[in-house]
Amino acid sequence: MASVQVSLPLPVLPEGWSGERDFKAIGPLSHATDRNIEPVGPHFLAHARRKRHKRTFSEDDRIQAQVNVKKVEDDDAGEISELEDPLMLQREAKDWKGQDHYAVLGISKYRYKATEDQIKRAHRKKVLKHHPDKKAAAGEAQDDQFFKCIQKATEVLLDPVRRRQFDSVDEGADVEPPTKKETQKGNFYKLWGKVFESEGRFSKVQPVPKLGNEKSTKEEVEHFYNFWYNFDSWRTFEYLDEDVPDDNENRDQKRHVERKNQNARRKKKTEDTARLRKLVDDALALDERIKKFRQAEHAQKNKRRLEKEAEQKRLAEEAAKQKELEAQAKAQKEAAEKADRADAKKAKEAAKNAAKKNKRVVRAAVKEANYFHSGGDAPPSQIDQALNDVDHIITKIDNEELADLTSKLSGKKNAGEITQIFKDEVQRLVGAGKLKEGEAKSLS
Amino acid sequence: MSGENDPAQRVAIGISFGNSYSSIAFTTGEGKAEVIANEDGDRQIPSILSYVEGEELHGGQAKSQLVRNAKNTVAYFRDFLGQAFKSIDPTPCHQSAHPVQAASNVAFKIRDTAEEAENTVTVSEITTRHLKRLRNSASDYLGKDVNAAVITVPTNFSDAQKSALNKAAKEAGIEVLQFISEPVAAVLAYDARPEAKVADKIIVVADLGGTRSDVAVIASRGGIYTVLSTVHDYEVSGFKLDQVLMDHFAKEFIKKHKAGGDPRENDRSLAKLKLECEAVKKALSIGTSANFSVESLANGLDFTATINRSRYELLASKHFAAFARLVTHAVEKAQLDPLDISEIILAGGNSHTPKTASAIQNAFPETTTILAPSTSPTAINPNELSVRGAAIQASLIQEFELEDIDQSTHPMVTVTPHLSHAVGVLCISGDESSGIFHAIVDAETSLPVRRTAIIATPREGGNVLIKLCEGSRHIKVTKPEPKPKQERDSDDDDDDYDSEDEEEELREKTWKVGKVLSEAALRGVKKGAKIEVQINIAADLKVNCIFREVGGKGGVRGLLSGPKVQQNGSA
Ligand SMILES: Nc1ncnc2c1ncn2[C@@H]1O[C@H](COP(=O)(O)OP(=O)(O)O)[C@@H](O)[C@H]1O
Repeated sequence: MASVQVSLPLPVLPEGWSGERDFKAIGPLSHATDRNIEPVGPHFLAHARRKRHKRTFSEDDRIQAQVNVKKVEDDDAGEISELEDPLMLQREAKDWKGQDHYAVLGISKYRYKATEDQIKRAHRKKVLKHHPDKKAAAGEAQDDQFFKCIQKATEVLLDPVRRRQFDSVDEGADVEPPTKKETQKGNFYKLWGKVFESEGRFSKVQPVPKLGNEKSTKEEVEHFYNFWYNFDSWRTFEYLDEDVPDDNENRDQKRHVERKNQNARRKKKTEDTARLRKLVDDALALDERIKKFRQAEHAQKNKRRLEKEAEQKRLAEEAAKQKELEAQAKAQKEAAEKADRADAKKAKEAAKNAAKKNKRVVRAAVKEANYFHSGGDAPPSQIDQALNDVDHIITKIDNEELADLTSKLSGKKNAGEITQIFKDEVQRLVGAGKLKEGEAKSLS
Repeated sequence: MSGENDPAQRVAIGISFGNSYSSIAFTTGEGKAEVIANEDGDRQIPSILSYVEGEELHGGQAKSQLVRNAKNTVAYFRDFLGQAFKSIDPTPCHQSAHPVQAASNVAFKIRDTAEEAENTVTVSEITTRHLKRLRNSASDYLGKDVNAAVITVPTNFSDAQKSALNKAAKEAGIEVLQFISEPVAAVLAYDARPEAKVADKIIVVADLGGTRSDVAVIASRGGIYTVLSTVHDYEVSGFKLDQVLMDHFAKEFIKKHKAGGDPRENDRSLAKLKLECEAVKKALSIGTSANFSVESLANGLDFTATINRSRYELLASKHFAAFARLVTHAVEKAQLDPLDISEIILAGGNSHTPKTASAIQNAFPETTTILAPSTSPTAINPNELSVRGAAIQASLIQEFELEDIDQSTHPMVTVTPHLSHAVGVLCISGDESSGIFHAIVDAETSLPVRRTAIIATPREGGNVLIKLCEGSRHIKVTKPEPKPKQERDSDDDDDDYDSEDEEEELREKTWKVGKVLSEAALRGVKKGAKIEVQINIAADLKVNCIFREVGGKGGVRGLLSGPKVQQNGSA
């Protein structure tokens, strides 16, 4: 053997890697498989020379050596061991269309599920038994009818197209739907499961969803029925065709039969579609899960409705309460405002009265201060001027300032003192920009 | 050993003994196998004997007796040898002498002497007579008395069948040195060619013979062959292909001669039809059309017609498809993928038919080489594969004592442990999740084994890590981008198929890194240097390895102990 060339590079040794003498054993190889090598060719001879070392092996060694060897050849014996119906053995080959091809080959428990390999093995097994030469050897009449039936069955079943045609009308694989009564005894899933499994063989789409059981989810069940209501079937009915006359003599007759066959096929296909639809309808009607889901849905809907109503009620109540609270608040507020207004009015009046009183005091003070006239009775012009000025001051000040002024003036009898108070007030007002200098002449 | 079996006196040939045809070959002094033609000039000698007034006809001459003398013509008997009458299928003998029961064995009732009376001749006796004729032809050709042979048999030939054949051969004066299986003989025929290189590969031998088809998947590891799986099918055969042509020409005949009747319903017409159809089938292997011509096919009416190859291919398409399925099935049975198959050797006469090869080519990726006359100019004649392999094996062992051969082919020698996984190195990265596995020893390699690999190093050289692991082959499937769904037109009958091959997925062979076995370091590797890794795996799965720089000094050695012995004692 030439050495193996590897063009991809080895990895760089990681930092810190260490091993005794630069080698680390990590794990052993997986177990090996014992097989026979072929004792052929020059390389085998070299192997044999090395392995024998001139030893001699015995018959026991042979058995010992072979115990674990992986087998390559299949045992010819098949799993096919169906009893042969004596009536079936008497069939005539010319009636091959009516025969159950699977039963003829002894694989009626497999039917559409039989693999190509199974069919071939079954065929071989039957041929070994029923070949006319075997019958002759057994001293039986040289009757090759059943042998021909076997050949026909194999011919049909090994041809994918013809097998489908036969499988389409293979009643042996049909599972009759259970009656309502049977179903209602509580075996819905088992009984109908088989029906759908059998019907599923016609589906172009594979795998076909299973009926499931009471634990299946709503999605699964919906998917199942959707699948079956949209079933895409390859089932055909030409196997049941009437034979078309083979001779070329009677072309009209031939065409007539062909047309008849076409129509019959179409009719059967339509009927089959309807049959399947009804079957699915029936199953659906009996399927407790549908009711369960509907109830659950109902309950769900009801629950939602009740919740909605409760919510509405709650909202209405809340709104009413809110409204009430608002009304109350409003009433309170109004009452308070009214009271306030009354208070304010009172206060205003009081203030007004106080102001009036204060004004009177102020004016009286003017008189007490002899109208700011120093020495002797004040001339009328002075009186007017003083009174005007004080009134002017009063208009310039608010009630508080007036009250201040009043309190400063109260009990004061000394004209100079009073005059000074007024003068200070004028001064303050001028400072605050409320009066102009010299506006109150009598106090300047 | 008795004197007559003295290896020094031996003249050994290879014999392929088929149900339909047999061949004989010898190996020249230069070690080249040559197929011997018999006195009729045939290298494919029909395995048929016929008796006419006490005279024995053989091969092609006997075959032509199928028309006039079917009752006294014995054909397609190989598979009956060593079998109980109840376990044989007499179907192939419908048009020749029928097998009958003799004790629990198989025999034929024929008039094989000049006498009127029929004799019951056992299949063993028939075989002896057939082998005698083959032996005579070989002796005549070689000018030496042939007295030994390696004979090829199907992989499912039982010990009882072999022992019956051994006895029949002995009666014919032939000492059987060894029985070797037909597919392995075919592999040997290819490997013995001077230009062949020993390599590790998986080979499928697909044999489409006259009465059956056989497929074997074989691991070829350093010139050691291990059969991984086999499939046998008696429904897919050359007979079926002949039948297609027979039905075709019978219908043509009926169409042309309305009053001629169906030639399939008369024994003699049927025999003529069959012989001519086989000839037409063979002609269509080379030509693109062939003539059918039979004098007095039925009711004294001659019939000639032509057929072109594509018509034939169409008529027989389901048989080619069935054969291709069988080959795929055998690969599955070996738990392999079509991508694992390096070569498919097409054997058996019907492999001359171009469609046989193309049907198989279509079922396999482009990386699989199909060795058939129509696909490879250097292909060996499919009819001669077995006999060439047998002749080569005969030349290899003819000097041994029989006892020696027996001991060398003893299960103590042939049963060996085979690796369950490939063993190789991790490249680029030492991390199992990102490193790339490269196999050094493939799975299904017989132990003990030694393999060497030369591996590149990082660009700068320096210190490298050599990590040995197990690897398992993994098929990576990439689905193509889903195409925008085409508008579904009203007739949806034919869109299933088209859409399927349009969206062909991409399949690639990759490796999954398995168990890590060991790590080793080589330090200070020169820039651009290569590393040599030598792996020795013993029968007890102990691993002994050596790592060194090519052309450098020193190196690292490592030893790995085998796994614990399993409960049941197998290693
Ligand atoms: N050149 C050819 N082209 C096509 N078919 C052929 C050719 N030569 C032989 N055959 C067919 O090959 C079959 C015989 O093949 P062979 O390997 O000898 O079979 P067997 O193992 O049964 O002896 C027959 O069906 C024969 O018609």
